[in-house]
Amino acid sequence: MSDLGSQGDYTFAYLDEQTKRMIRRAILKGIAIPGYQVPFASREMPMPYGWGTGGVQVTAACLTPEDRLKVIDQGADDTTNAVSIRRFFQRTAGVAVTEATTEATVIQTRHRIPETPLREGQVLVYQVPIPEPLRFLEPRETETRKMHELEEYGLMHVKLYEDIARHGQIATSYAYPVKIEGRYVMDPSPIPKFDNPKLSGNPAIQLFGAGREQRIYALPPWTEAVSLDFEDHPFTASKAPHDCDLCGARDSYLDEVITDDAGRRMFVCSDTDFCAGRRAKGHTGRLGDPA
Amino acid sequence: MIAAADALEGGFTEAPIQSARAFREILEAMARPGTIRQVQGARPPEPLSIAAGTALLVLADPTTRLHLAGRADCAPVRDWVAFHIGAPLTPAEEADFAVGTWEALHPVSRFRIGQPDYPDRSATLIVEVDRLVNHGPCLTGPGIETATWLNLPETATFRANRALFPLGFDTLFTAGDRIAGLPRSTRVEAI
Repeated sequence: MSDLGSQGDYTFAYLDEQTKRMIRRAILKGIAIPGYQVPFASREMPMPYGWGTGGVQVTAACLTPEDRLKVIDQGADDTTNAVSIRRFFQRTAGVAVTEATTEATVIQTRHRIPETPLREGQVLVYQVPIPEPLRFLEPRETETRKMHELEEYGLMHVKLYEDIARHGQIATSYAYPVKIEGRYVMDPSPIPKFDNPKLSGNPAIQLFGAGREQRIYALPPWTEAVSLDFEDHPFTASKAPHDCDLCGARDSYLDEVITDDAGRRMFVCSDTDFCAGRRAKGHTGRLGDPA
Repeated sequence: MIAAADALEGGFTEAPIQSARAFREILEAMARPGTIRQVQGARPPEPLSIAAGTALLVLADPTTRLHLAGRADCAPVRDWVAFHIGAPLTPAEEADFAVGTWEALHPVSRFRIGQPDYPDRSATLIVEVDRLVNHGPCLTGPGIETATWLNLPETATFRANRALFPLGFDTLFTAGDRIAGLPRSTRVEAI
């Protein structure tokens, strides 16, 4: 059983064919109605809810033996969640894996869009905890479903307005709601709002899977995703006002790392592949060693 | 019963792998309307094409209702569907999937277009055509960078379908082993 890289006794990509057909039908309906959350019969997976079971099921339904899979958790390829899911598919699907965004054909992500622009032929699979953007404003599913039906999104604008009234600006910094092709308001999963512009007009197929909440939704390539805002408070894709301390990048999303108990800290690219790629090309930041 | 023996042939020989490869092509076809992809794996009886048979094997099963339209509604196809797919055959009004030529599927207003709160509960039409070429009516919308073209059988029906958005049916066109997608979100203009 510990023979990594072999399929052992599993069917290709773990899920049975009946389950995959059900998920594939949901994905196609999601593609046909961009931003609409399609219910699906989420399965128990051999990992807990909250570990990306929705994304794992979508990835399992999309993988082919020829794919090269990349898995990131908050931009990093080497964190527990990413490593576990990558090993899961190495074992159950025998697919090749990579950490390089440019080499991957399927990328499963938790809460980031890679810095390196995606291209046609790639599929980006998001792990989604709460797919319903209106859920914290209206807990009843029957009501939120009706609100989507009637395009009744005033409540979301009230929430953003209250942000401005309280904080002087829209304080929502992640899971920032977007409107898809002028119709459905969609939760882009808890990606930082820095990543929101990359949702729109992306040449890759973007699929969203919420396992516990049993929803799949999708953005076909080149689909318009507009971050909600006001004329006098336009949307801004914010990040920490620093450069990466390892690679010196000025335009990438940064993680803050506390380095000692005297208050020292450093900022590093959240996208480990992007950062390593820049360092390999000789870019260095404040604390970085030349590679 | 002799005819039924042929029905045992023509399914996937390695279902998990073949369905995975075919689904990715269908996904690309539906996500990029107008692109023509190639699928393989199924060898369905006449008059079904390889692509239509493969799409059915990938997507339909005992939980989806299937409508066979026109010439597709024949004993060999019914037997093949019963053995390989197990989808219950239903009238057009109740179908999740329907397969046949454009003429046989008409009037397409019979098919389910979903409900305002559940627009996904709509039919997917698998339309058999003679050939697929990127020439004809102009397509724009999600999945298309600027514009593309596809030899649709007509435009008025698809324009009316787009006007129902987010309701509407979705379409896969099949010819031989070629497949192209036209989701309800695509805007169609005759040129």
